[in-house]
Amino acid sequence: MIEFDDVQLVDVSRHFGRRRAVSHVSLAARAGEVVGLLGPNGAGKSTIISMLATLVVPSAGDIRYGSMEDRRPPSSIRSRIGLLAHELHLYPDLTARQNLEFFARLHGLDPHERVDRALASAGLDDRGDEPVSGFSRGMRQRLALERALLHSPKLVLLDEPFTGLDDRAVGLVAGRLRTLAGAGAIVLLATHDLDLADGLISRMAVVRNGRLIADEAPGGGLRARYRELMAS
Amino acid sequence: MNFAAIAWLVLRKDLAIETRSWEIVSTTLFFAVSCVLIFAFAFVKEEAAPGAAADAAAGILWIAVAFAGTLALGRTFERERYGDTLKALLLAPAPRPAIYVGKLLGIVLLLAAAEALLVPLIALLFGAPFFSRPLILIGLLAAGTVGFGAVGTLFAAMLVRARTRDVLLPILLYPITVPVIIAGVRGTSALTASPVNENLALMWLAILTSFDVVFVTLALWTFEPLMTE
Repeated sequence: MIEFDDVQLVDVSRHFGRRRAVSHVSLAARAGEVVGLLGPNGAGKSTIISMLATLVVPSAGDIRYGSMEDRRPPSSIRSRIGLLAHELHLYPDLTARQNLEFFARLHGLDPHERVDRALASAGLDDRGDEPVSGFSRGMRQRLALERALLHSPKLVLLDEPFTGLDDRAVGLVAGRLRTLAGAGAIVLLATHDLDLADGLISRMAVVRNGRLIADEAPGGGLRARYRELMAS
Repeated sequence: MNFAAIAWLVLRKDLAIETRSWEIVSTTLFFAVSCVLIFAFAFVKEEAAPGAAADAAAGILWIAVAFAGTLALGRTFERERYGDTLKALLLAPAPRPAIYVGKLLGIVLLLAAAEALLVPLIALLFGAPFFSRPLILIGLLAAGTVGFGAVGTLFAAMLVRARTRDVLLPILLYPITVPVIIAGVRGTSALTASPVNENLALMWLAILTSFDVVFVTLALWTFEPLMTE
């Protein structure tokens, strides 16, 4: 199994045709950190997440997982990456249990205990045998988070993980992310919700027009600092 | 996990989803049978001698397979589009071509079911002697289906995020698979000819097999770079 304690983007750019989605971004995240990737719509946050998840190849620059510097990392690196994207990556026709069992097997894991644990973490242990199509957005979001964490990834990538969650579920997810970081995971969180990010993230990386304009500890008043950066 | 295990897992997942609704199987079979019935209304005349429309049977069989296959490809990948699950498959720590093979096997199985229905139906309606050399016919259908499915699965996966995928799929698919369809029609015609031209049918089977080798190899080679943006 590939082990790493940090992930780095080194002067990474990504163009889609003539459109520049990400431009010369350098950013590092270490084990135990919750890095908030902040920025307005279309800033390039999702492209950065997709590149880290190996779904998008950078047009220029390098992504380094620990000491690994391969531009096209081996498929085994994906066993250490968990992604909760804007779309939830769940099959609505399958039950919650079937979804989790499928993704556990896809990662080469014995599904039985893990799936029961994941259903309990999502608060869906009594609804595991119901099709996902009957779930509310919040229930799907919780299930999708457990799907992303099923294989105990080292690098946890989250794109708007709080969408559709009620206050109680937001608290549970935030607690889960803190626990993951405390256990040594690298958590990268792309979000618009500055109130939720405040107090959760240990570092903020602000992206605008594909460029990294700030990489700093949030300090007090995340929203005020963000507004200041956006206005500059 | 190894290549075969991932392909099997993807196939089994597709089967599990399908057995919940039978949506793709029923629409594909209904479409294929409707296609054959429309051709039967056009070509089979009450006053004509039995088997007079048999010459058209091979072409009708392959047209129905190609049209039904296009429908099945679109519907199968529509499921992966919803919830962007194709991305989740690509995130598996496994060789990405294994995902392609799993999807291809699902399409091949579906088209095999359609062919199992179409062959006796066309033989009955058109008086086509499809069963004179059953093993060669099975070989032609299997090789043709794999060739068509290999290209179709690759294109359907590539187009899954395109807004105009329903229009683009046939536009891209048919020109590339024309050699497969021609070889399938000519090979099957050789079996329905009187007398049966077994050597000609075997020659077309060999050509179809070589198309399969080329198409499957190219698809396995290009799937990962095409799916990684």
